[in-house]
Amino acid sequence: MLTKRIIPCLDIKNGRTVKGVNFIDLRDAGDPVELAKQYADIGADELVFLDISATLEGRATTLDMVLHVAEQVNIPFTVGGGISSIEDVDALLKCGADKVSINSSAVKRPELINELSNKFGSQCIVVAIDAKEIDGQWKVHLAGGSIPTKIDLFEWAKEVEMRGAGEILFTSMNHDGTKNGFANKALARLSEALNIPIIASGGAGNVQHFIDTFKEGKSDAALAASVFHFGEIPIPDLKKELKANNIEVRL
Amino acid sequence: MKLVIINYGAGNIKSIQFAFKRLGIDAVLSNNPEEIIAADKIIFPGVGEASTAMTMLKSSGLDKLIPTLKQPVLGICLGMQLLCESTEEGNTKGLGIFKTKVKRFANDVKVPQMGWNVIKDLKSDLFSGIKESEYMYLVHSYYAEHCDETIAKTDYGINYASALQHNNFYGVQFHPEKSSLAGAKILENFLKLEVKN
Repeated sequence: MLTKRIIPCLDIKNGRTVKGVNFIDLRDAGDPVELAKQYADIGADELVFLDISATLEGRATTLDMVLHVAEQVNIPFTVGGGISSIEDVDALLKCGADKVSINSSAVKRPELINELSNKFGSQCIVVAIDAKEIDGQWKVHLAGGSIPTKIDLFEWAKEVEMRGAGEILFTSMNHDGTKNGFANKALARLSEALNIPIIASGGAGNVQHFIDTFKEGKSDAALAASVFHFGEIPIPDLKKELKANNIEVRL
Repeated sequence: MKLVIINYGAGNIKSIQFAFKRLGIDAVLSNNPEEIIAADKIIFPGVGEASTAMTMLKSSGLDKLIPTLKQPVLGICLGMQLLCESTEEGNTKGLGIFKTKVKRFANDVKVPQMGWNVIKDLKSDLFSGIKESEYMYLVHSYYAEHCDETIAKTDYGINYASALQHNNFYGVQFHPEKSSLAGAKILENFLKLEVKN
């Protein structure tokens, strides 16, 4: 059976991991390659790198980082952040990224999804959607959740699928950073309405939250950052617990 | 050991090259027929859309060359599918090495299948030292139907051929280059294979 995936997310700026990372024995906690290797070794199923570099030079460093990750890490990884053209994607895939994730650029110009999936194949195009529930309505937000739009989450997700995305990474801005659990109602609705995999993001605080998002949220994968980076939830323990709760995982 | 990865413009082949580098082997990327024929082992990769990939193969004449190869050839993902008789993707005729057809998953499962699934009923030296129900990383929307050449099986809505073998031709639907240590072991096994004709 296809297993549920556990995905640590690393924020990258100028080729270095940004947020403090405090887990296992890292010689250099800012080195994304070393961190990625550690995660691969302890059983992470995939990795996501989110590039938050603001400058062109910073982005160039990220390409170099992607090359080193591809060289040394034996599990798949996705790179997102600031990707807006075929050329951006081509450069990342040529450096060995398995998938790319696009967000605001897809909202601004939805045809980009068609262009990318036609050129590179759906399997490597992840569309990230940040949304916030306001008065019972889920609205898509841009720029890391700071700019609201009038776009309905579920309509947009359907359009994203029709245009050829291979996967959706859904972050609930209501849940992100709260450690109170994932947005399982919205996730389950997405999973039922769509026929592509859904990655849950935002709200991971304990093991039960992961069990809930796979069972109630019907998520195909769950992404988290700080609970993994600070060793609050060790991935091997998490996977054992999931298995004990009859959730298929790779052990 | 001279290892060539056929470079016909399809997909991310850097990962495969790096995976062999981790095993201490420098693979050559090439679309040059002479270089391919002279190799000890050949990887036939492929990511993307089938009809586009086949058009690229034809434009370089590799569609004629590949079926004549005598050394071990490993098709990975779309590479494996293109070695079959045909695929529903873009209604594409394949190279006809494996006597089976490639079909699209029904919509009772999410398409693409994306992630880690197990391979079972392993029947080949390619899987020497690999345990039954080992996890492999897969990303695909089309699958090969079982045939006499099936050497590994996977369940996703239906039970399908996740690996095939015909004489010196091997094909795997999963990505050994992205499947952790077990995947690396399969690549290592491939490097050790003898020609069987």
